[in-house]
Amino acid sequence: MTDETTHAVAFTPEDLPTARSFFLPHRIVMMLVFAAFVVAVAVFMRWDWLPRYLPRLGWGILVSLVMLFSTAILGFLLAVPIGLVQVTGPWFLKLPAKAFCTVIRGTPLLLQLWLLYYGLGSLFPQFPAIRQSFLWPYLREAWPYGVAALTISFAAYEGEVMRGAFGGVPHGELEAAKAYGMGRWTMFRRIWLPRAIHRALPTLNGETVLQLKSTPLVATVTVVDVYAVISKVRQETFLTYEPLLLLALIYMCLTGILVVAFRTFENRIPTRGA
Amino acid sequence: MAADSLVNWGLLSLSAPGWGGVLLQGFLNSIQIAVGGFTLGLALGVGGAFGKLYGGPVLRDLLECYTTIVRAVPELVLILLLYYAGTDLLNQVLALFAIGPVDISGLMAGIFVIGVVQGAYSTEVLRGAIKAVPAGQIEAARAYGMSPTKVLRRITLPAMLPYAIPGLSNLWLIATKDTALLAVVGFSELTLVTRQAAGTTKAYLLFFLAAGALYLALTLISNVFIGMIERHARRGFAESR
Amino acid sequence: MKKALKVLAVAAVIAVGSGVAASAEALKVGVAAEPYPPFTAPDASGKWEGWEVEFMNAMCAEAKLECVLTPVAWDGIIPALTSKKIDMIISSMSITDERLKTIDFSDKYYNTPTGIIGTKGEDIKPTPEGLNGKALGVQVSTVHQAYAAKHFAPAGVEVKEYQTQDEANNDLAAGRLDAVQADAIALKAFLATDQGKECCDYKGDVAEDVAVIGPGVGVGLRKGETELKDKVNAAIKAIRDNGTYDTFSKKYFDFDIYGE
Repeated sequence: MTDETTHAVAFTPEDLPTARSFFLPHRIVMMLVFAAFVVAVAVFMRWDWLPRYLPRLGWGILVSLVMLFSTAILGFLLAVPIGLVQVTGPWFLKLPAKAFCTVIRGTPLLLQLWLLYYGLGSLFPQFPAIRQSFLWPYLREAWPYGVAALTISFAAYEGEVMRGAFGGVPHGELEAAKAYGMGRWTMFRRIWLPRAIHRALPTLNGETVLQLKSTPLVATVTVVDVYAVISKVRQETFLTYEPLLLLALIYMCLTGILVVAFRTFENRIPTRGA
Repeated sequence: MAADSLVNWGLLSLSAPGWGGVLLQGFLNSIQIAVGGFTLGLALGVGGAFGKLYGGPVLRDLLECYTTIVRAVPELVLILLLYYAGTDLLNQVLALFAIGPVDISGLMAGIFVIGVVQGAYSTEVLRGAIKAVPAGQIEAARAYGMSPTKVLRRITLPAMLPYAIPGLSNLWLIATKDTALLAVVGFSELTLVTRQAAGTTKAYLLFFLAAGALYLALTLISNVFIGMIERHARRGFAESR
Repeated sequence: MKKALKVLAVAAVIAVGSGVAASAEALKVGVAAEPYPPFTAPDASGKWEGWEVEFMNAMCAEAKLECVLTPVAWDGIIPALTSKKIDMIISSMSITDERLKTIDFSDKYYNTPTGIIGTKGEDIKPTPEGLNGKALGVQVSTVHQAYAAKHFAPAGVEVKEYQTQDEANNDLAAGRLDAVQADAIALKAFLATDQGKECCDYKGDVAEDVAVIGPGVGVGLRKGETELKDKVNAAIKAIRDNGTYDTFSKKYFDFDIYGE
């Protein structure tokens, strides 16, 4: 996915408004209208269920965030070799990496998740060896499948980004490193990788927001994240709009926090010129 | 037992004892929704992009809210909200105009839901593409005395296409995959019928792999066409790298 | 490109058109979009069949209603009814006080006990003590979930919730659950399959709790639609009296599914 598309489908730091922009006259009017709307929602809709579910909602948000960060970090660690071998690797590494990216990016994440959880999951217990192994208590749970599916997906999308980033590092820099007598590994560690990550950073923001937007899918395989908690509210109260509006608000806040954090992080990385 | 079901290709045969026909029907539904949703999204996106670039301050801010919300909230949540609230609202609006409630089929609701989500994405893609059109070309058109609609039709839209196509093709691929999320609201598209078939026959791996192959085929075939369209749209451009 | 856009537009119009063409007259009857044998399940041609489909056909024919079976997601079936996506629910939905706050029900049309199945050879009893420390699967927003939350969860049973009954059964067979609580008939249908035979057996009925389990299964209707409700009630009574109900029930069960 190109940088621009990631920006188009995920909220990214450049979308953040400035503090001053809120004080334009028409915006003040719009904010008043919006405030009136919020008050109306708060007064006329049913929110009496909220206190009962607050602890569970907090727990659910935590699960969602753990899912997001663990899979983004694991996925990124996988993405680096996947991107690298596509740029320099021999064909027997390049080809599988390319196929991996194509297949994962060409099929819906929901299907991959169900394939892992229901497909593979129903295969495992047929082998007594797996059932008796130390892994079985984990394989019995749902979250390893959610983590696996999300990690694989992130690795494929980010692997494609890293491929472009590795390829885009100017040759001169690598040649300069060689001229200084750096070995292959030193050059990779000191020049190539940091420069590639630097180039991939803006896209990485967008991909991470996209990953956050994918996490609710794990609720379909019994992981109790914030989406699952809201589903439970919907089922127990028979309300539709209130819980879903709250859920949308929660995700908007999470995205906002994530994006602000990314911007702070990005500002601390020195960039020269344009 | 699993080994048997893994190789039981008969389950995929197109007629009655096999589930291939049901799967293909679901696949067709998915494609219909993807095409409908993508087209609706494109229409919303053209309007949204021009509104964002040339509209008044209020319109611009409203559109900003629309694209921000859609880009910050998971598709799954949006789909649930739009699926229940959207059709409900539509009926209430129609009731205001004294038109009876329309019967909204699952297909229509699906197209609507995917379309609204895609609309926000394509607003952003098209806005970027329009901004990439050299201002001089539009000024030249104005200097020739073209009306705004004519400038749009003859200059802006055709000139922005090469910039928009890579983004739009990605959106098309996203649309095809987002249709799978409609399984969660019980719409009989490919992913849901796959799960039903798998649940009934207990051949989970076989059916999920078959559905994956169908989605992958759609993506790969789309890529071929996208390549053709891209080459066509970029004719006359200097080859970059 | 223009041509491509045109083709897309035409395709969209066709797609939208075919959606509108669905008859606006017929009543849409919601069933959960999942295999739930022997009540409702899709066959390999995508057609829905089972006891409840026959009940729907007989009841609608008796009431002179034109009914169209419409699959929807189980966890959204009540919102689908209240937002008029469907007009009736015939999906093994038990009549409970909790649901009566939101929707209306016809008289009951069947009632069966609630049971628990579990992994073969494992020592499981359908009591809070007998399930202590075990993982019990239930389907969300069912009376079984409510029952498990009230009686089993406080007693140290790990209650896991599934969107569909089929998924819970599958996870039991996959060894991720120790037991599943559901309608006894649906469970016995599962135990009769190859997968069910291999892994699990019936552990017994759970203790009665009418306040949670309810008096039986009814047709879900929107509140205030008394005319339709009267028609449905009259039709249920009529097919009970004229023997139609027993005729199609015999094909599926060797006992009286209507209950007391």
